[in-house]
Amino acid sequence: MDDSRRDFLKKASIASLGIAALPVLSAGVRAVSGHGAATDSIQWGMVIDVQKCDNKALADAAQKACHTEHNVPAVPADLKDEEIKWIWTEAFQNVFPEQAHARMAHKLHDKQVIVLCNHCDRPSCVRVCPTKATWKRKSDGIVMMDMHRCIGCRFCMAACPFGARSFNFSDPRKFMDTEKPANTLYPTRAMGVVEKCTFCADRIREGRQPACVEAANAIVPGAMIFGNVNDPESEIFKYLEENHTLVRQLNLGTGPNVYYKL
Amino acid sequence: MSDKGKIFLGLIVFIVAVTYPMWGGVFAKTPAPDVQLPDGKCIESRDYMVANHMNMLDEWRDKFVREGQEIYIASDGTEHAISLTKTCMKSGCHDNKSEFCDKCHTYADVDPYCWDCHVAPDQVAPKGGN
Repeated sequence: MDDSRRDFLKKASIASLGIAALPVLSAGVRAVSGHGAATDSIQWGMVIDVQKCDNKALADAAQKACHTEHNVPAVPADLKDEEIKWIWTEAFQNVFPEQAHARMAHKLHDKQVIVLCNHCDRPSCVRVCPTKATWKRKSDGIVMMDMHRCIGCRFCMAACPFGARSFNFSDPRKFMDTEKPANTLYPTRAMGVVEKCTFCADRIREGRQPACVEAANAIVPGAMIFGNVNDPESEIFKYLEENHTLVRQLNLGTGPNVYYKL
Repeated sequence: MSDKGKIFLGLIVFIVAVTYPMWGGVFAKTPAPDVQLPDGKCIESRDYMVANHMNMLDEWRDKFVREGQEIYIASDGTEHAISLTKTCMKSGCHDNKSEFCDKCHTYADVDPYCWDCHVAPDQVAPKGGN
């Protein structure tokens, strides 16, 4: 009987060692498989053609389509610090500071580039949110906001390297043009919550393209491409295969899903 | 000892003043709210909705926003879109917030913040202020 007891303890200790090593091993496998491999899950992504979008009318139309659809308030210019924006433009050297070398082509300097939430693979905003009011949807990779749960701590704004989030310093309905919000079927926000682009989750649910993409492509076809970057059959997957594209702040490792074609 | 009367009077005044909040409502005449009910049938029974609409809406927002569930299956098997504005407050149902929602909420002195963000069909003027 002594022998079998000894054997039992041996086997039990080996088994517990195996269980303890499991999380370490699986984490290692995840780290190696990494980003870029085609998978079954959906990850919505967007390509912005910087040359085709270098057009004020197009950028304005894209912003107007988005901000009208989502009741984004037009905060007056004297309250610029309280500005709320889901999609807007920035100068090339500010969008891609690591690309703006001393001999950069002159035409790129101050070129206006459309920017929005990058719906990152590893979003830093999600990591810091204390209430899980922002999270990455497993179903389609959208970095979503739950306005019911946001407590307005603004950690996400500090964490986002792209400045993609805006805070409602006052009641946004004060700044609505008309007496009623532009889109009565879409909620406005309340004072004290953070908001940002949702990749038009409501339109995607209906099988439509995001509002900015629709508006931009109506002016210059192919200015923006939206689709599932994990689907080898999708237009965006093929485009990313065939063209050299950039993402913002690649070195930070957040894995942006808005791609730029220069 | 000659101040007995004053002391008792003072005590009575004190007791009346302190306990007023407990019995003051007995004489107050606040009429029960006269709620405008729309014709037709709600997604669940009237009694269930009166008692549980707030819980249902609370569950709905998590189901829709966080779990991506778009359809609510009522106890009678009918399917309804999970949406405050597109289902509950659609035209012909509870499309009049001031005559339906507000009546009871004012009576019960509750102030739900649904309409800080969601747009009620009869809500015209912006809220203004902070």
